[in-house]
Amino acid sequence: MAPILELRGITKRFPGVLANDHIDLTLEQGEIHALLGENGAGKTTLMNILYGLYDPDEGEIFVRDKQINVKSPSDAISAGVGMVHQHFMLVPVFTVTDNVMLGDESTSIGGFLNRKSVANRIREISEQYHLAVDPNAYVRDLPVGIQQRVEIIKLLYREADILILDEPTAVLTPQEVDELFAIMRSLVDHGKSIIFITHKLREVLEFADRITVIRGGKVVGSTTPQEADQNTLAAMMVGRDVDLHIDKPPAKLEDVVIKVENMVVLDEIDHVAVKNISFEVRAGEILGVAGVQGNGQTELVKALTGLSHPVSGTVTLLGQDISGDSPREITELGSAHIPEDRQQDGLVLTATVANNLVLNTYYREPFAKRVIIQGEKVLENAADIINNFDIRTPSSLIPVGSLSGGNQQKVIVGREFSRPIKFLVASQPTRGLDVGSIEYIHTRLIEKRADGCAILLVSTELDEIMELSDRIAVMYRGEIIDVVDAKDVTKEQVGLLMAGVVSEKT
Amino acid sequence: MSDTEKGKPKKKDSGKIFLEEISKSPLTVTILAIVTGLLLGGLLVAVTSEDVYAAFSDSPWEAVKIGANAAWTTYQALFNGSVGNPSKIIDAFRGGDPETIRRAVNPFFESLVQSTPYIFAGLAVALGFRVGLFNIGAEGQIFIGATTTVIAAIFLKGLPAIIHVPISLLAGFVGGGLWGFIPGWLKATTGGHEVINTIMMNYIAFRLSEFLLRGPLKDPDGFIPVSADIQDSAKLFRFFDNPIRFHIGFFIALLFAYLVYLLLFKTTWGFTLRTVGANPRAAKYAGMSIVKSTVLAMLLSGGLAGLAGANEVLGVNHNLAVAFSSGYGFDAIALALIGKSHPLGVVLAAILFGFLRNGAIQMQLTAGIPIDIISVLQAAILAFIAAPAIIRTLYRLKEPDMDIDAVTLRGWGGN
Amino acid sequence: MATTTMNNHMEFVSPTRRRVIGFIFLGLAILLWGLFARDIGPDALTTFRLTPGGSEQELPNWVFTSLPMLNILAVVSAVVGGYQLARGFGKRTNLMLGMVVAMFLFGFLTWATSGGSLNLAGLFRSALVKAVPLTLGALSGVLCERAGVVNIAIEGMMLTGAFTGAFVGSVTNIWIGLLAAVLAGALLGAIHAVLSIKYKTDQIISGTVINIFSAGITSFLSAKFLQKYQHLNDPGRFPTIEIPVLSDIPFIGPIMFQHNMFVYALYIFLIVLTVGLYYTRWGLRTRSVGEHPKAADTLGINVFRTRYLSVILGGCMAGFGGAYFTLGSVGRFDEMMTAGRGFIGLAAMIFGNWNPFGSFGAGLLFGFFDALSAKLAILKVPIPSEVMLMFPYIATMVALAGVVGRGQMPAADGQPYEKE
Repeated sequence: MAPILELRGITKRFPGVLANDHIDLTLEQGEIHALLGENGAGKTTLMNILYGLYDPDEGEIFVRDKQINVKSPSDAISAGVGMVHQHFMLVPVFTVTDNVMLGDESTSIGGFLNRKSVANRIREISEQYHLAVDPNAYVRDLPVGIQQRVEIIKLLYREADILILDEPTAVLTPQEVDELFAIMRSLVDHGKSIIFITHKLREVLEFADRITVIRGGKVVGSTTPQEADQNTLAAMMVGRDVDLHIDKPPAKLEDVVIKVENMVVLDEIDHVAVKNISFEVRAGEILGVAGVQGNGQTELVKALTGLSHPVSGTVTLLGQDISGDSPREITELGSAHIPEDRQQDGLVLTATVANNLVLNTYYREPFAKRVIIQGEKVLENAADIINNFDIRTPSSLIPVGSLSGGNQQKVIVGREFSRPIKFLVASQPTRGLDVGSIEYIHTRLIEKRADGCAILLVSTELDEIMELSDRIAVMYRGEIIDVVDAKDVTKEQVGLLMAGVVSEKT
Repeated sequence: MSDTEKGKPKKKDSGKIFLEEISKSPLTVTILAIVTGLLLGGLLVAVTSEDVYAAFSDSPWEAVKIGANAAWTTYQALFNGSVGNPSKIIDAFRGGDPETIRRAVNPFFESLVQSTPYIFAGLAVALGFRVGLFNIGAEGQIFIGATTTVIAAIFLKGLPAIIHVPISLLAGFVGGGLWGFIPGWLKATTGGHEVINTIMMNYIAFRLSEFLLRGPLKDPDGFIPVSADIQDSAKLFRFFDNPIRFHIGFFIALLFAYLVYLLLFKTTWGFTLRTVGANPRAAKYAGMSIVKSTVLAMLLSGGLAGLAGANEVLGVNHNLAVAFSSGYGFDAIALALIGKSHPLGVVLAAILFGFLRNGAIQMQLTAGIPIDIISVLQAAILAFIAAPAIIRTLYRLKEPDMDIDAVTLRGWGGN
Repeated sequence: MATTTMNNHMEFVSPTRRRVIGFIFLGLAILLWGLFARDIGPDALTTFRLTPGGSEQELPNWVFTSLPMLNILAVVSAVVGGYQLARGFGKRTNLMLGMVVAMFLFGFLTWATSGGSLNLAGLFRSALVKAVPLTLGALSGVLCERAGVVNIAIEGMMLTGAFTGAFVGSVTNIWIGLLAAVLAGALLGAIHAVLSIKYKTDQIISGTVINIFSAGITSFLSAKFLQKYQHLNDPGRFPTIEIPVLSDIPFIGPIMFQHNMFVYALYIFLIVLTVGLYYTRWGLRTRSVGEHPKAADTLGINVFRTRYLSVILGGCMAGFGGAYFTLGSVGRFDEMMTAGRGFIGLAAMIFGNWNPFGSFGAGLLFGFFDALSAKLAILKVPIPSEVMLMFPYIATMVALAGVVGRGQMPAADGQPYEKE
């Protein structure tokens, strides 16, 4: 049988980057096809081209052997192609019904919306594919997992046959992931075909029918879960046999640096996000905080760095209560922070590299005398850090926004690590980076640990947590449900904890 | 640049390269925006000239000629009104009569007098821009600054000028600063948008000064809503005799421009303010206080605008009348943008606007062109500055080199 | 349906806000008692006339003793305040806030009129008339901002509409003048759209450009032509039309249904816009573009076209509102005659939560204060009219500060859309 979808020679150039280089891809009717690749490999670009969001420079797209011309999402939709984006495309203040019909409204004469018939259609779809959702609920009130269902219903409402799911599991708990894959299986059983984009090897091996690996904008190979294993796939993804293991000397535990007791933190809308948690980190160890995104990690980090204040409980840093302190006061105690969102929180993209390197020390000697900035000292400092941390930049006087993601992160790491620090909060320190930069950052973290720094590593990448941590605290719904020794647990056990399943203690 | 050009580095090519450099420079866009605005103004004069339409029935060509002539006369009047009539100046100096000389060179100094409030108000808006705040309320701050100044300048009696003048200026700074502080504080604590709040504060200021001028501040001897004259000791020093009103306020304005420059670019406070303006979240993560910066910036911005009002009261009008400010606060937005929110740029733009406005007064008298044409000019120039793509398309200029930024800032793929 | 549920949802009341509003209620109760009730004698009478001047309707005057009325109002406000502090009204908080404010205003009028008489119907009628341009301006803002484009150029668009209406109306006839005013607004809307959508100029700056330009060009042309040739500035006015049957309703009829075309057009616009925004495909798409343009784009909705259309329609609405000044009210153009009413319209839009009827409510409230300030001299109240005129601005700032509930500002309002 002919493939339902075929991409031939898709090429897309962005200024200075070849995002897609003559990519061929076929999708058979009724299969789950995984598109595997590192961050920045060009997967999403390819799918955005298929969905009409980008215009390809070269290449052809065939649906059921008929060439189609996709200039906009409407073209893709009418060809039966639908896409669930990594960041959901839902209007929070609209109901499920309004979101589903938006762009393909059911109307009576005069353009009046026929909400009832759409709601009924949604109920039918829900029933058919086991996608329970209330059509009259407002999207902002729904949990992430349900919002994803709404996205899928949007596609089914438009009678899409080819479904593209971009990193669908990034925001889900392992349990929700299993549910999602059950749904995907049921969709395929009903004759739909699915492409799903991911960089997670486990999911690919467990759930895909076929796997296509993309690296640097090119297809490097196609395989099946039966033929491949984690190591071969990882090698294909990064282009060499990667040693996923990092050499880590045993921890030399010293004094407690930070101690958190019964801390409660509220989120931006005053809901309890961190419930009554307690832990401590000693000098010379890495405490990994594992958990699915949105289980209170962000709020925990904010409370530890002074960006918000706990409503109860204490935080003691080096013997001093910091629960009411400002970020600057905490920084001055010898604490450092690698924020989760480096471009939003860690850097001023329009400011120069040199200024970014003094972003939290500019007001002190030697960079300032009283209130006068000492420009020379700022530049000397920049030259030193650029040198020591191997930051690739033509000059310290260009905007930091013009550096690559890896180098931007090095600017942050360089800035934080070149101060004498005793405590480090690293939040998603390698998100979105290439393998080389990830290795670099990991090595630096281990070095800091050896220097006797206490490190709190917050990451949603379980591999990273397993690799670097001495102990692992698992957060689930705002609580630390268990703290385990990294040597004694398997990935699967931590995965279960992340899903809220607490094992029987013997 | 193509390869063939690279291969033959001839004289002609270097000229081309030079042109290319110029066409990429943001300054070129600014200058062309001003020139284009002036041309459009001339066009407006031409198409609204009755003579043009009268001549149209005879021959269209004649009409065009008359139109061009009208525009030319207008701009001549503008020049004579803002810089001075060259032949008159020469004659005056030949004649040697001091008063005739003063009259002849007065337009030039009067333009500087007009520029002074523009410098203060432009600095006010520019300072806000640097901190990411849109202070659309300079006009109201000018009113309040003028009001507090006039109170200090009328009711404080018996002080020597050396004390009375600074106190009166300070009163203006504090008044305008308060008017900026309120929306700044609201923005920092409640998130209420400063654009809306400063607009609202403008109208509250207008009503308040109307109320004061009809009531408590009204000159008891007068009938119209105007305050009494200020004490002589509060008046800003004038360098020449009548009719030249050029006063020391201009140099105070330059001094403040320099102070703002130092504050923004040479101090830790400025570092904080600019960081908050460029990325408030990163500023917060780096331990800076958004609340303090926002409040401080609006306070200073309002204070600078208040000084514009104080300057007018102490240096030019010597009293306070309803609606004494002819939209300096709104023009200041244009100034700040044209000057790229840099103090030096603001000063240059303010001087340009001062000359334009002063010339326009003369233009209204001699060429019969309503002064409001200046607002049309300003709007056009502002539009071109704010949307440089229009100017680039119009003059076939090259896009500036943004390639490095384009790659990484775009965040393509996003996966 | 959709609107009501949405509003209900938004009215989640935080504890702080509950307390703040409770204290506001109590404060108003204390003011009613302390300022007003204690100020008048036990026998003073308040007389409200219930037919506006010039109306043929005959209704008896409403006469009552002032003091008991004020005491009742104060007690009710205090009780409501106490309940608000203790339990809170939940999603009915805003309704109660409106009621208590209304009671306070009524108490104020009772006190101010005690011992004299006030034409209540005339006051309301005047408030409505003054609300018309404000609300039309606000509707212009609603149209633009629901699609995600901030419009602070309402003032300039209205001014230009007023000028064009007067000029073209004088040269041709009043209807063509009106059409020209609408088109002039559309043209400025188009400029705003091109600057802010195509060139991605900051929308505040783009609006400022239009405001400066409008002030300049209308004053320039007015000084050059209208003042010189009076016949170019004499468009006439739209006549008053009494709506049969409706205008005969006692009290309400003369207030609401004896006006010129602009008032009735406003009623129609309010209904059409509300239905359009919340119950039609056009409205759903427009709002989606203002809330989450990227989502709309991925569903095949043309974000740019939707925004262009909305901003140009918004310009039309402001042009229409501007024509009110010359063709509906004064019958002649004066320089800067809108006098900041476009900005009050913007305030009314914010105060009215980006919603047509909300804007109208805010417009009426602002119009009421405007009308009242004109009557203060008659009532011999020791409040300067300028202070009364500050009310809309202060109210808007208070609303923006979150006391009256966080507004439903469209999420993507003011952000240019960048197609990748």
